[in-house]
Amino acid sequence: MKLLSILIAAIFAHNIALRYFLGWCPLVSQSKKLSSAWGMGVAVTLVMTVTSVLNWPIYHYLLVPFGLEYLQYIAFIIVIASSVQVLEMAIERFFPSLYTTMGVFLPLITVNCAILGVSLFMILRDYTFLTGLVYALGSGIGWTVAIISLASIREKLRFAKVPKPLQGPGITMLIAGIMAFAFLGFSGMVGIE
Amino acid sequence: MSLLNSIIVLDIIAGVLAVVLVLANRTLVQYDDVTLDVNDGEEEFTVEGGSTLLEGLIENEVYIPSACGGQGSCGYCTVNVKEGGGPVLPTEEPMLSREQLMEGTRLACQVKVRNDIEVEIEDKYLRIQKYRAEVIKTVDVTPSIVEITFDLKEPETIDFKAGQYVQMQVPTDSGTIDRAYSIASEESMTDKLTLNVQLVEGGVGSTYIHSLEVGDEVEFTGPYGDFVIQDSDKDIIGLAAGVGLAPFRSIVFSLFSEEYTTDREVWLFFGARYKDDMYYKEKFERLEEEHDNFHYVPVRSVPDPDWEGEVGHNTDIVGDYLGEESEKEVYLCGPPPMMQQAIDIFTEEFDVLEEDILFDDFY
Repeated sequence: MKLLSILIAAIFAHNIALRYFLGWCPLVSQSKKLSSAWGMGVAVTLVMTVTSVLNWPIYHYLLVPFGLEYLQYIAFIIVIASSVQVLEMAIERFFPSLYTTMGVFLPLITVNCAILGVSLFMILRDYTFLTGLVYALGSGIGWTVAIISLASIREKLRFAKVPKPLQGPGITMLIAGIMAFAFLGFSGMVGIE
Repeated sequence: MSLLNSIIVLDIIAGVLAVVLVLANRTLVQYDDVTLDVNDGEEEFTVEGGSTLLEGLIENEVYIPSACGGQGSCGYCTVNVKEGGGPVLPTEEPMLSREQLMEGTRLACQVKVRNDIEVEIEDKYLRIQKYRAEVIKTVDVTPSIVEITFDLKEPETIDFKAGQYVQMQVPTDSGTIDRAYSIASEESMTDKLTLNVQLVEGGVGSTYIHSLEVGDEVEFTGPYGDFVIQDSDKDIIGLAAGVGLAPFRSIVFSLFSEEYTTDREVWLFFGARYKDDMYYKEKFERLEEEHDNFHYVPVRSVPDPDWEGEVGHNTDIVGDYLGEESEKEVYLCGPPPMMQQAIDIFTEEFDVLEEDILFDDFY
């Protein structure tokens, strides 16, 4: 039950993109087309889950016993960087079309703060391994929900008359902001500790 | 102690990750050798999987044109992939027309060879060869344009049509890259080759060619291109500016050579900015005196007081020279704005069909 509420909370009430405003660079730049938004969402979810699965034991079995908690940033970052490398190779091999669509943004997942944020939140909130895994998966799905909704709205934006100065990233930020307001409505639903 | 611990712990993490990366590199990035089939078994090559189709073809001495050197920006390296090319990539879409996409045309520089692949290549590309040549003469014809002549070593002769181009292989720190240059020498001279190359600031190819000295050896592939005189009896109108004169030197002197003289009317309008940019003027003027049907009109956009010729851009003055009666074929080589303006003028004022306007567009 607790796991389920964490999952729901991570997707909606505590959405990593729309509640904590993390991972906005790819959220704005990769939401032009629904297909590439899907790809980015899946990639982020995958990296988020894999890295938190790796980071949890590293923190608890390697850093804590030696009293090296302060190394968590460096350790987490290199784990994230190499997971992205492996993922990049896998995507290039099996989904070449997706690979060229994502272009530079795939390696940029490395510096996507949402990924590091999830690992750090997991430690900060003292999650168990399983809870951490569910939280990371939920956050990934939540980020995907955010970018998919944003991309769907932006695809319809073609039919709207957007004032010139707001075209592109400007209107996207506004839309994402309104979406964040909407997601605030979920906050009474479930909490996260 | 804590410092030592932290170093050891970080090393363990980094070490494990490095091993994972090496393993992933082994299993995911490297491919087995694959078979590359050209024109239904006419040629069959074994290429290393994971390279691009263009690299695979060039490695096996099939030289398809690629003016940008495999960056996917010129769209010249089109190849019909019949099987095994994978899905069309977003980087190819802007370069290919709907018909080409339907036929299975792909950009060879973007297609990665991952499994056995079957392609169709036009015969004319299979005839393209790689040449080794020695620099025998360099002349600075303007402050920025060099006329460089090569003696062909292997093979010893080249069979090309005036207006075609070659791709020089330019050595760089990260391997050789190809740069396209129009041939400026006439068709009948098959054992030597002349190029006009303008020095572009920061340009890898032009910097290399300007650095060549007599005796240096170079390699190039060719000939490429469809910017050649069409078989008809229409008037030939050539508009050139700057280094765009190069293909016209080849075309004009091939049309009026010792072996062959055309009876078509030939016009050449050459635009240059300053006095120093006005190269080959005497050469063309001498030819004009010898032949009644060759007309050479030099135009200066920034004239000095002693300039007696036309002033402006060559597109401004063509109307003063050309009548509207005769049928025309238009050949253009110069900066993109000049070419666009010329296309507008000839289609609108002279009713020239678009298919009768040819241009060399990698100026």
